[in-house]
Amino acid sequence: MVATQEAKQTVQDVTGEYKYGFVTDIETERAPKGLSEDVIRFISAKKDEPEWLLAWRLKAYQKWLTMEEPTWAMVDYPKIDFQDIYYYSAPKSAEDGPKSLDEVDPELLRTYEKLGISLKEQEVLAGVAVDIVFDSVSVATTFRKKLKEAGIIFCSISEAAHDYPELMKKYLGSVVPVADNYYSALNSAVFTDGTFVYIPKGVRCPMELSTYFRINEANTGQFERTIIIADEGSYVSYLEGCTAPQRDENQLHAAVVELITHDDAEIKYSTVQNWYPGDKDGKGGIYNFVTKRGACRGKNSKISWTQVETGSAVTWKYPSCLLIGDGSVGEFYSVAITNNYQQADTGTKMIHIGKNTSSTIISKGISAGKSEATYRGLVRVMAGAENARNFTQCDSLLIGDKCGAHTVPYIEIKNPTAQVEHEATTSKISDEQLFYCQQRGLETEDSVALIVNGFCKDVMKNLPMEFAVEAQKLLGISLEGSVG
Amino acid sequence: MLEIKNLHVTVGGQEILKGLNLTISDGEVHAIMGPNGAGKSTLSYAVCGKDGYEITQGSITYNGKNLMDMDPNERAGEGLFLGFQYPVEIPGVSNMNFLRSALNSQRRYRGEDEIAAVDFLKLIRAKAAELDMDPEMLKRPVNVGFSGGEKKRNEMVQMAVLDPSLAVLDETDSGLDIDALKIVATGINRLRATDKSILMITHYQRLLDYVVPDYVHILAAGQIVKTGGKELALELEEKGYMGLGITESAA
Repeated sequence: MVATQEAKQTVQDVTGEYKYGFVTDIETERAPKGLSEDVIRFISAKKDEPEWLLAWRLKAYQKWLTMEEPTWAMVDYPKIDFQDIYYYSAPKSAEDGPKSLDEVDPELLRTYEKLGISLKEQEVLAGVAVDIVFDSVSVATTFRKKLKEAGIIFCSISEAAHDYPELMKKYLGSVVPVADNYYSALNSAVFTDGTFVYIPKGVRCPMELSTYFRINEANTGQFERTIIIADEGSYVSYLEGCTAPQRDENQLHAAVVELITHDDAEIKYSTVQNWYPGDKDGKGGIYNFVTKRGACRGKNSKISWTQVETGSAVTWKYPSCLLIGDGSVGEFYSVAITNNYQQADTGTKMIHIGKNTSSTIISKGISAGKSEATYRGLVRVMAGAENARNFTQCDSLLIGDKCGAHTVPYIEIKNPTAQVEHEATTSKISDEQLFYCQQRGLETEDSVALIVNGFCKDVMKNLPMEFAVEAQKLLGISLEGSVG
Repeated sequence: MLEIKNLHVTVGGQEILKGLNLTISDGEVHAIMGPNGAGKSTLSYAVCGKDGYEITQGSITYNGKNLMDMDPNERAGEGLFLGFQYPVEIPGVSNMNFLRSALNSQRRYRGEDEIAAVDFLKLIRAKAAELDMDPEMLKRPVNVGFSGGEKKRNEMVQMAVLDPSLAVLDETDSGLDIDALKIVATGINRLRATDKSILMITHYQRLLDYVVPDYVHILAAGQIVKTGGKELALELEEKGYMGLGITESAA
């Protein structure tokens, strides 16, 4: 079992020692601690929001006050004091709004450089338009001009509230209602920034849109709001990724992401999540309570979620699809790695409403240390969903003997023509596999990375190339298919 | 040169090798035969450094370096290759990717540059062709869904690409039909032609018809009890272990 010990050590090395643990010193302008109508008015005023949006926030806040924190997930954490959190924090340089990267606080740019995200480099090399969210305000947006030529809107939520109020009013809260759950209500009341994307009819977005989120200020909850709309016959691939500096206090993140596809449109949404998971003893780390949902409103439309989850102390996240349009397609591909004392309760909901709708769920969970990973998935076929199809595969890989993997599938079928398949496996990295790799010359950690990479291949291959590289960095694994 | 002196190896608290001595000079081919449970596989695992094979006495040196201080991947970097009796499956990892990672890891260990992707592709395709492997097999996950013969052929392709200076082959011939056996023999002979050292562990004389060894050793009850030329294998085939006065509890 020595090899297993080594393997555990290796995974600790791969996922445990958080490399991006530093804090950027930037003067921030904060709302007073705690949550109240005044704080919400402060946020709204700071963002110079229209009256309707403030009213919307306040209504959400009233709703939130009546709700209870959910406890059904298989995660355990100390009760959050919602009055002990700053709900607004912006880098000061954002006051005037930088016109270009040259105007961005150099300290901030250095932070991204440490993370290996060189904006300049990305602009030139990657062809990725980047809308960076630092704490709560977007500070740099690239490639906007090129996108504008295609009629694509790619801006911050705050800008969208000003410049595209009709679209905002139409879509904000239309997929994830304010009162959907405790955290979505909280987010609706206090969301500070996020990304707004609109792809017009028939347009195929010429580049992958990307936003890096990064939590920086101590005790600042991040409440991002993202809305992506793909109009008829359009296509967009969106990338979300993040790293966070090391902190002792737990930090709350409660984002809401809403996706909407109209007839024949497709959204591909990819996430690499690497927030601080806490130290080896389970101290610190991010609480990540996210509501992500897509509505395939149009016929033959498609929404595809791909996620690689390596960070956060506690993850509570179920990117879901409402398959409303006839022939619409929902996909969920997920890799979740937990280590030390991390806890992840993640999965998806596929709600089949239209006829001939289909969904695919592939979930790969890797547990090491004393961590717990739960897959929780719902496949619901409504009475009117003739010929709905679902395929679900949930595989768990255990490293060591103190971690746990759980699979909790819910299947609700109200139409007899439905075809639903569910497969699940649980396995361990064997000493034999490790020795085989090592004997061929691979170091232990590379061997583990290789085996884990192979295990996750069905998910990783769905990541856009740029992101696959990012994921490779995070998992410490070599990229499949780069040769041959 | 591999030098094993007075090697005692314990597995799970039980002593399996009890003072084994063996020297393999460069370019020599040695065969080790022996009854079940004699410690043949233990010897190969101990030489390659598998966990759980505890060396309680003695020494293993290769080209003057103490192998016992090295991790398995370092030993591989020094030129050791183990052909497995039961090659393991690695789902989702293509043969190509696996072997390129392994080769580059060895090269890094030896302070060499990594091989360029194009050069690697040429190398692996050439080696696969020499051993009649369908190039499509290179894209398939390592050993997943391979037949017994295909797995052993894959071991030979790996050996050809990694080009070790000492190959330890642990019953690579077991369970093979005659065609697969010939492929394995081809792989070994090609390596031998480049003046490399080979240690073949086998149950049967059959393989030795195709790869003629310089020395044949008989391992019984944890020690080498008899050493001879290729004729010793034939004698063993004819008379059996009992006929040569070797029993399970020899020594």
